[in-house]
Amino acid sequence: MCAFSYIGKRIPKPDAVEKATGRVIYGHDLKVPRMLHAKVLRSPLPHAHILHVDTSRAERLPGVKAVITADDFPPRRFGFAKDRTPLTGDKVRRVGDEVAAVAAVDEETAEEALELIRVEYEPLPAVFDPEEALKPDAPLIHEERGSNLFRHQEYVHGNPDRALDEADVVVEDVFELGYMQPTPLETCFCLAAFDPSGRLTVWSTTQIPFLLQRDLAEALGIPGHHIRIIQTAIGGGFGRGLDMYSFEPICVWLARKAGRPVRLAFTRQEEFIAAECRQPMRIWSRAGAMKDGRLWVRDVKVLLDNGAYVSWGTVTTLVFMETVGSLYRVPHARMVSDSVYTNNPITGAVRGFGNPQSTFVVETQMDRLAEAIGMDPLEFRLRNANRPFEETPQGIKVTSCGLKECLEAVAERIGWKHRHERRPQEGPVRRGIGIAATMNVGGGARIYRSDGCGAIVKVDDFGQVTVMTGATEIGQGSDVIVAQIVAEELGIPPETILIVNNDTALTPWDVGVHASRTTFIAGNAALIAAREVKRQILETAEELLEAAAEDLELRDGFVVVRGSPERRVPFDKVVRARHFRQGGEVIVGHGWYDPPNEMVGADGKGNISAAYGFGAQAIEVEVDLETGKVKPLRVISAHDVGRAINPMYVEGQIEGGVVMGLGYALLEELQVREGRVLNPTLLDYRLLTALDAPQIESVIIETDDPEGPFGAKGVGEMGTNPTAAAVANAIYDAVGVRITQLPITPERVLRAVESRK
Amino acid sequence: MKPTRKYPLTLHVNGETYELEVKPQRTLLEVLRNELELTGTNEGCATGDCGACTVLLDGLPVTACLVLALDAHGRQVTTVEGLATAEELHPLQRAFVERGAIQCGYCTPGLIISAYALLQENPRPDEAAVRLAIAGNLCRCTGYTKVVEAVLAAAEAMYAGRSAPATSTQMADM
Ligand code: FES
Ligand code: FES
Repeated sequence: MCAFSYIGKRIPKPDAVEKATGRVIYGHDLKVPRMLHAKVLRSPLPHAHILHVDTSRAERLPGVKAVITADDFPPRRFGFAKDRTPLTGDKVRRVGDEVAAVAAVDEETAEEALELIRVEYEPLPAVFDPEEALKPDAPLIHEERGSNLFRHQEYVHGNPDRALDEADVVVEDVFELGYMQPTPLETCFCLAAFDPSGRLTVWSTTQIPFLLQRDLAEALGIPGHHIRIIQTAIGGGFGRGLDMYSFEPICVWLARKAGRPVRLAFTRQEEFIAAECRQPMRIWSRAGAMKDGRLWVRDVKVLLDNGAYVSWGTVTTLVFMETVGSLYRVPHARMVSDSVYTNNPITGAVRGFGNPQSTFVVETQMDRLAEAIGMDPLEFRLRNANRPFEETPQGIKVTSCGLKECLEAVAERIGWKHRHERRPQEGPVRRGIGIAATMNVGGGARIYRSDGCGAIVKVDDFGQVTVMTGATEIGQGSDVIVAQIVAEELGIPPETILIVNNDTALTPWDVGVHASRTTFIAGNAALIAAREVKRQILETAEELLEAAAEDLELRDGFVVVRGSPERRVPFDKVVRARHFRQGGEVIVGHGWYDPPNEMVGADGKGNISAAYGFGAQAIEVEVDLETGKVKPLRVISAHDVGRAINPMYVEGQIEGGVVMGLGYALLEELQVREGRVLNPTLLDYRLLTALDAPQIESVIIETDDPEGPFGAKGVGEMGTNPTAAAVANAIYDAVGVRITQLPITPERVLRAVESRK
Repeated sequence: MKPTRKYPLTLHVNGETYELEVKPQRTLLEVLRNELELTGTNEGCATGDCGACTVLLDGLPVTACLVLALDAHGRQVTTVEGLATAEELHPLQRAFVERGAIQCGYCTPGLIISAYALLQENPRPDEAAVRLAIAGNLCRCTGYTKVVEAVLAAAEAMYAGRSAPATSTQMADM
């Protein structure tokens, strides 16, 4: 039935063996001759004028090769809102603001030098609550802006005010969502080196090599074409690497000043303080439905804490809006959001990018609406589910859509129908089952003007096929996916393909690894390039085999005449036949794919993605009424991924996403008081361990997307989105309390149980 | 000022003996990574909380970031580099590769060492035993499901005396 040779197969990633044997080279492993080690001096205060910085003693410490302050940099700003400089000179706006930096012969000396730098601060009143920050007398984080409000956004379709009156039932809640950290196991890393001609090479854990090239150029005034970004093997991303941070230009500038390569690696503590985290949000939401089961209206207000500087993360409200306006068919919807500066840690992109937050709100209230109209929550969802090839009032053009199938699959496997029959109704430990769905961009997301990616495929005179792709590999498996796609087209085993994906000097441009876009976008680009290579191979093989292209097929590195397998010619011979003749040619194909999606307009409408992924989760939990502890027992997670190019890594994305979602739901919270992170260690900021993580059953639903490569859509973020909502719904099912704060700590459960009594 | 005097250190790592001189504050992790260039053992926290730096010290798993190098004097250390031979992966490594238990791979060496220690003790662990044995190894990418499956598959293969849990083509048909 399956017509594919390599698509849909569980083929290991090409880098898996070197990772299993410890031979892979991460940034942290790199050593180059004369390399120095950098450390950054950070502000201990959330808001203060810098009166004076004295680096003289640090400069005199033996082994110190360069010390820099804000004065060393050209007067240039960087960041999404151009509100930052690599080192701050006038004032600090958050605990952890970068004030000075040192490069020395080893880390110990660099640390010692930091202790010798004297900074005189004049503390300023600070503001930590976004509501407070909007008051007219609030201290201004960026005076030149005249206000702490960064962005106000409004979206509406239908007539929400009238709809709220019309609805048979309306529910209303306030949600409070905390800080969560991407926390890849490898901390931020940068190694910068100039060659004698002034060209710069940066080895980096970035997820956006080509934008980093541009951002460094802008921040430092180095011509972009003199900057080369090489990505080492990267120990996880999850959105952390979607902005250039201060440490990157700092590292480059130290290398320039010292005239030697400089390495800068975050400690784990620094990672917790200085890497961007998920936006805390306060959300007021109303939703209404009709008694007959029609979802009728949503009305949502979001207050988002950007922290001291704005990153790409501030546009998470766009993603939030997609869920509010288009997850399920909803005739009336409104969303108003304010993104606000405070003296808190910086927020940014984290897997899901606004979607875990919005899905928590929307799916909590779907349950509440179902209860209010006396309908089964599953039936209510099915009744209002998005359908294939239907445009939403928001301008989202849904194409392939397996939402209904996902909901049905998880309900069946978790035993939804009989869920109330077998569970304990007495005693301190109760069980419950919750369900939640998600919609996620699955065919790119046009948040930059380009959503494109390039690919080059070449065949050398040994028959070796090499793919140069813009797609960044952060562990998810883009390398094997691209290989499988090219392999399918060229009829060669994917294991034989060489993937080059880590060097801006070699690979074609790409926006970066975000928005679950890589399989769809980079996959399509590779497919286009492979088709061109196939055309070239066939063109020459026609002459060599004296057969028409229609009668030829590519199989195992040979061009074969269909029906007479003895008439065949290997790729290397085809290539040589093109090289060894007058007017010859190389075999190389290139592809550029920029999906047919559009940027969201000022009115919040537009088809941001060329395809949408859908999914549903059913989660069973145990709630201990005496301790408040919630234990996830079972997770079923079904996802419409169009087609699974490699089911093993699709499952990997789902399983990893679910566990990250469980962390967001139950455990993970950066505790921030007066702008200070109180728990900057992996002991106090807890991730789920193998003991905490439940059994996860992934279900792959294939809908064969018309635009995706071999029908595939993205999956990277989907597993994380619905988890918190499904957990909260399960808790309600178990013990009858609604928790609208994340994470759902034992304390919050107990408080809710207590107040219900 | 931190101590700068160096002390002699004899380390037996993966069957080789090294004579070194190190400062007393150096951890075993630092010496393995920086002096011996055995960078397979990773640092995720340096505070004993992530397990990325797990190695065997006299056969028992330890977090190398919490062991002072001098405390390992004269002792046997096994790192991930010590498991595979030139020709063949260890069944655990093979199972991790073939079952998709590796994404970014940063946690992988530590996980494999913890699993190795478990299988030495208990060649036929059940799922609960595997989860307990790797509870000190954080993995942010995989959600642990495939890691646990890989360890169980490797145990099965080792117990049965076969070298491979399943070939990738067999799995493709699953
Ligand atoms: S680096 Fe040793 S436990 Fe994290
Ligand atoms: S595979 Fe990335 S942390 Fe485990």
